[in-house]
Amino acid sequence: MSLQPETFKSLVKVAAERVIASAPELTTLDQAIGDGDHGINMKRGFEAVLGELDAISARPLDEALKAIGKTLVMTVGGASGPLYGSFFLAAGDALSHDKHLPEDLADVFGSGVNAVCARGRSQAGEKTMLDVLVPVLETLKTAAGQPDLIARVRTTAVEAAERTAPMQATKGRASFLGPRSVGHVDPGARSSCLLLQAVCASLEGRQ
Amino acid sequence: MNDTVGIVIVSHSKDIAKGTADMVRQMVGSEVKVAFCGGNPDGGLGTSVSLIIDAINDAWSAKGVAILVDLGGAETNSEMAVEMLEPARRDLVVVCNAPIVEGAVMAATEAAGGSSLAQVKAVAEELSAD
Repeated sequence: MSLQPETFKSLVKVAAERVIASAPELTTLDQAIGDGDHGINMKRGFEAVLGELDAISARPLDEALKAIGKTLVMTVGGASGPLYGSFFLAAGDALSHDKHLPEDLADVFGSGVNAVCARGRSQAGEKTMLDVLVPVLETLKTAAGQPDLIARVRTTAVEAAERTAPMQATKGRASFLGPRSVGHVDPGARSSCLLLQAVCASLEGRQ
Repeated sequence: MNDTVGIVIVSHSKDIAKGTADMVRQMVGSEVKVAFCGGNPDGGLGTSVSLIIDAINDAWSAKGVAILVDLGGAETNSEMAVEMLEPARRDLVVVCNAPIVEGAVMAATEAAGGSSLAQVKAVAEELSAD
């Protein structure tokens, strides 16, 4: 799995289109336990990414990831902008510093996850996007080099997002609800799952 | 006039940000530079990193800038905005852990007396102490 510019471009495109198409679902989830803006915010951010995708994908991969991060930071308009933005900025930065794909995929993804933890002053178990990103990072480490890596990442993401439903939120707006946050999938976990599912499906279609 | 710490007010609502800035100006007049922003990049409820960066630069003072925020996203976006400033300015901007209206009024009043950035932040954050 080497990442050619055309492959990168199409991965970003399918992931962005998936999130944009899922804006109503994310909004519904966020209306249940947040402030109801996650769908529209993610749609705005990823539409901006799509709008700049030709220029972004013409750059080296590290610069392209940082450009996606910066675009999300500047356009999303909610906390998810800096959170997702920091993920891509840090992943791009890892590639700028002696990390290479595909062999360092777990390290690069891990840099992004660490940046989300730092930005949100959060960790797994608090009913956030990290409850998808951290298990996926574990799968990337334990299944590295396995032929079914992509399928396992996808399964991990889907199951991890579902597991946020019974959790009680202790971070973000949902934490204001206390026990009433239980029973709903976390919108950030769901959007992370959607992005990863889209990327995995696209990669599987190329095998 | 001696430089005073600048104050930036960041709310999800532009109306709240403006109303808070109006209250601050009533307290301290034009002695302290006050800037505010509210709303996402489309103008709806939310916050915008680029508007926060503009507000920090509008309120800029050699003594630094204290930011007051309302809810989580405003804080996260403000911290992101600070990191995106030119390096020489980053260490001179703080996000205060304080209620937005009372914090802004207290911070601006302290700033008007010529206090340092650390003092301004500490006074605003006394409001959050148990």
